[in-house]
Amino acid sequence: MANEVILLDFWPSMFGMRTRIALREKGVEFEYREEDLRNKSPLLLQMNPIHKKIPVLIHNGKPVCESSIQVQYIDEVWSHKNPILPSDPYQRAQARFWADFIDKKVYDVSRKTWTTKGEELEAAKKELIEILKTLESELGDKPYFGGDEFGYVDIALIGFYTWFPAYEKFGNLSIESECPKLMVWVKKCLERETVAKSLPDPHKVTEFVAELRKRFGLE
Amino acid sequence: MAESRSEEVKLLGMWVSPFSRRIEIALTLKGVPYEFSEQDITNKSSLLLQLNPVHKMIPVLVHNGKPISESLVILEYIDDTWPNNPILPQDPYDRAMARFWAKFVDQQIYVAAMKMVGKIGEERDAAVEATRDLLKLLEKELVGKDFLGGTSLGFVDIVATLVAFWLMRTDEIIGVKIVPVEMFPEIHRWVKNLLQNDVVKNCIPPEDEHLKYIKARMDSLKIKSV
Repeated sequence: MANEVILLDFWPSMFGMRTRIALREKGVEFEYREEDLRNKSPLLLQMNPIHKKIPVLIHNGKPVCESSIQVQYIDEVWSHKNPILPSDPYQRAQARFWADFIDKKVYDVSRKTWTTKGEELEAAKKELIEILKTLESELGDKPYFGGDEFGYVDIALIGFYTWFPAYEKFGNLSIESECPKLMVWVKKCLERETVAKSLPDPHKVTEFVAELRKRFGLE
Repeated sequence: MAESRSEEVKLLGMWVSPFSRRIEIALTLKGVPYEFSEQDITNKSSLLLQLNPVHKMIPVLVHNGKPISESLVILEYIDDTWPNNPILPQDPYDRAMARFWAKFVDQQIYVAAMKMVGKIGEERDAAVEATRDLLKLLEKELVGKDFLGGTSLGFVDIVATLVAFWLMRTDEIIGVKIVPVEMFPEIHRWVKNLLQNDVVKNCIPPEDEHLKYIKARMDSLKIKSV
């Protein structure tokens, strides 16, 4: 059966990055389509009518929405190589727990580092560092979150790294000094070709955030 | 196979929590014996804080001393560990859809419904409207199906008991029928189907006690029924 895989995405999306990495980990050929979020394509609106968000994975015409769900789907369909989730049920549960933690905590708080000021910003900075430290402590001395192998939680988090310089610049904080072990993990992930190919240049992301701030009247 | 798995299973939960009850449904569907420990989240036990230090919430499933938190994670763990009477479908695409709808119930419907609590007048009406808009999507999903899982009860049905036996029980008490049958005939039909299932019937909070509890909570929040 011919495998037609299309990914509707937006280059700075840390969620889209997850799906890109997962597809590449499995060696799946896919067509990447850049969406203009201010002018969403009819295909996007048709394939994700409920949320109208990217990324959307379209496999043989059928859409899968939500990045965490997409990564699990990719792992289950292309199960022949580079398993993303562990095989042990308890390890799987731990991986799902931490990916869920990242989903629930990192995005909303990190967004405040470049959209708020004053007390709200200070509170957000503190919370973000706490969240990253919790993740750092979960990582411990392991090379990857799952242990020796790159996997689900690494994929869930690594895209946020491209936004770190933006958080640091506009939020006036230093993730490197607060979470040095996490940065070691970042470097290790970046050595992986699938990751390097899937992540944009953090400088470009920072430029993009600067643009957004102007647009939102935050500058 | 069941014998080798009959190790210690403990559930830290609350009798009124839909997130806790969904775990009880799953364990019971699979015939897994478990010890239930009622928690008071206004006065969290040291056990709870030790087993779920990150979120400090129930439910927490403890299997042979190892804790798992977050109800959707727990449900998948249960399905992975006790494969009899599967909750999730086998096909990867169907599984993706099931996960999507489960998330929709928890992150969209539940969040919108919580916004109705403690509100009156226009604010309440707007919150009800927003919740109904989301419920209409669930309504569409049920057309031509006995259950959200298809011909039999599945993952999404277990998760969506939150709608059937919590949201819909708040109906009368909040002063507005949030889910009227004329607007949501499929959902009402689905609730009847759920109640035909003995496991569901026995694992949800008894209606009278539940309504008393909800009313007491509403009163304590000083809700006026307009």
